[in-house]
Amino acid sequence: MSTMEAPRAREPSALPSRPAASPLAAMLRQFGRSPAGVIGAIVLLALVLITLLGPTFYGIDPLDLAGAPFTPPGADAWLGTDYLGRDILAGLIYGGRATLTVGGVAAVITIVIGVTVGALAGFFGGAVDTALVKLTEFFQILPSLLFAMVLVTLFGQTLTTITIAIGVVSWPTAARLTRAEFLRLRNLDFVKASRAAGAGNGHLILRVVLPNALPPIIVSATLAIGVAILFEGGLSFLGLGDPNTMSWGLMIGQNRNYVLDSWWTVTFPGAAIFIAVLAISLIGDGINDAINPRLRKRG
Amino acid sequence: MNLLIHMTKQAANAIGLLLAVLILNFCLIHLAPGDPALVIAGEMGGASADVIAALRVKYGLDQSLLHQLWTYMSKVVTGDFGYSYYFNEPVVNLIGQRVPATLYLVISALVLSIFIGTLLGVISARKPNGWLSQGVTVISLAGYAAPVFWTGLMLLLLFGSVWPILPVSGMSDVARPKSGLAHLVDVVQHLILPSITLALVFIAQYSRLARVNMIDALTADYVRTARAKGLPEFIVIGKHALRNTLIPIVTVAGLQFGHLFAGAVLVETVFSWPGMGRLVYESILRRDYPTLLAVLFFSAVLVMTANIITDLVYRLIDPRIRSGPR
Repeated sequence: MSTMEAPRAREPSALPSRPAASPLAAMLRQFGRSPAGVIGAIVLLALVLITLLGPTFYGIDPLDLAGAPFTPPGADAWLGTDYLGRDILAGLIYGGRATLTVGGVAAVITIVIGVTVGALAGFFGGAVDTALVKLTEFFQILPSLLFAMVLVTLFGQTLTTITIAIGVVSWPTAARLTRAEFLRLRNLDFVKASRAAGAGNGHLILRVVLPNALPPIIVSATLAIGVAILFEGGLSFLGLGDPNTMSWGLMIGQNRNYVLDSWWTVTFPGAAIFIAVLAISLIGDGINDAINPRLRKRG
Repeated sequence: MNLLIHMTKQAANAIGLLLAVLILNFCLIHLAPGDPALVIAGEMGGASADVIAALRVKYGLDQSLLHQLWTYMSKVVTGDFGYSYYFNEPVVNLIGQRVPATLYLVISALVLSIFIGTLLGVISARKPNGWLSQGVTVISLAGYAAPVFWTGLMLLLLFGSVWPILPVSGMSDVARPKSGLAHLVDVVQHLILPSITLALVFIAQYSRLARVNMIDALTADYVRTARAKGLPEFIVIGKHALRNTLIPIVTVAGLQFGHLFAGAVLVETVFSWPGMGRLVYESILRRDYPTLLAVLFFSAVLVMTANIITDLVYRLIDPRIRSGPR
């Protein structure tokens, strides 16, 4: 065997000269070739760094009354102050922490619930599938933002409740996707082989099928962060934010009644949400391209 | 006949899901921190211990949970969704008053977004690497990422102070009430900004979807056949290719009705549009639970109706589904 293969490996053939990389590394390399994805990643990284390091360079507390209310952007306050005289730039820096954290954690909750439901439904099929599909369908007929609003109104306006509420209402998309992948994969030969080798259901789901279903789930997880950020914004805009924690949505919600007199109070936080979500969806596109290079031209 | 059986199944499924929403509503109220009697007392503006005890008996809160659920369900079936102390009206009346405004907004935005989205997608698909095509990609990314309430506020700024040519608040000119045709024109003018704001999000998605599907359709055999037959280009695209482009758009549009409705809640709040979204906002502010939960239920009814209509339209556009086995 080895004598047959050795000379072939030296030929400048179509085979990769490097040792076979893991699918994840291959994906990363592909991702690096997508300009949109790279730009998105750089912008998001920059946003995260600003929210983390910002306070070191810009020492104003976002909840302090830093100046006269409605100071326009200028020397006194770079991006102006809001209706109470709080500094907008400080709000953006600290608010970004809350907004991005809510986005990230809510996306994790979304994906964990969605993947669990989808994997169980797709793997076991039959009655389990029917029941879980019904459950998914049920969550899909409730407009998710409205459902999240009801949950936050009833269970309290804290960052924790908001994060959980967003996760709890957003999972059906991930569940449907995961289920479809599991349905596609579960009868393929490599799964049958593992089963024949004595693998239990837990091992089959987590170690055999799930890794192969991951690529679309990763895209979906990325997009879920963006959706969660938009949700946090929407909830805060309607007055359902956590009043004790500055966030981008809260800034817009609290200042929106004065928009005609002070454009800067809502324009900058909204732009921040816009840039963050845009960066995240560019990353999502980049990952998607990396997974399906064939589809790149159509996007 | 096939269709009849299918529709019956659909209806049964819908009723089942709506009953589940009612049970969820009931559970939510009971899971939420705080005694419902105290909540009701709070809505009434406070009450003594005696009154609270009386409330407990009046609303059956001293009965078993299952009994309470039964009472709740049987009331809902007769159209009784409770009473809003803040608005001083039965909840069902409140919703009845607000549904038309929301439907105007949602349906106009839906039509606008499907029409413009498809148009943009189809035009850009003809030259997939042209500047218009690139533009559609940018629009679809931006439209997806911009929070709808922020877009609304930006348009409100633009048309409210920079270039005041459109009304930015309410549904009609309260200061100068009009009647007949003038009233209609007035309402349409008020509808323009909210409707465009809401449509932008979906124009973004549908143009992208239409572009991808149109590019696919234009390389399909049946399009080549149609061209080979010598049909004019506008028939090839307008009749043959467009039909297959519309199917996924209609499906997605129908499935996204919930998103559309949620978007309407935000847009109505920005432009003080007197629909169900505005009602939600007001009931959140006043902690008016009966109204809030009833809106959740009615929005589920709307989404369900939209899904059933989508299914029908889908069958209409795509004959393969009508005749073939599912």
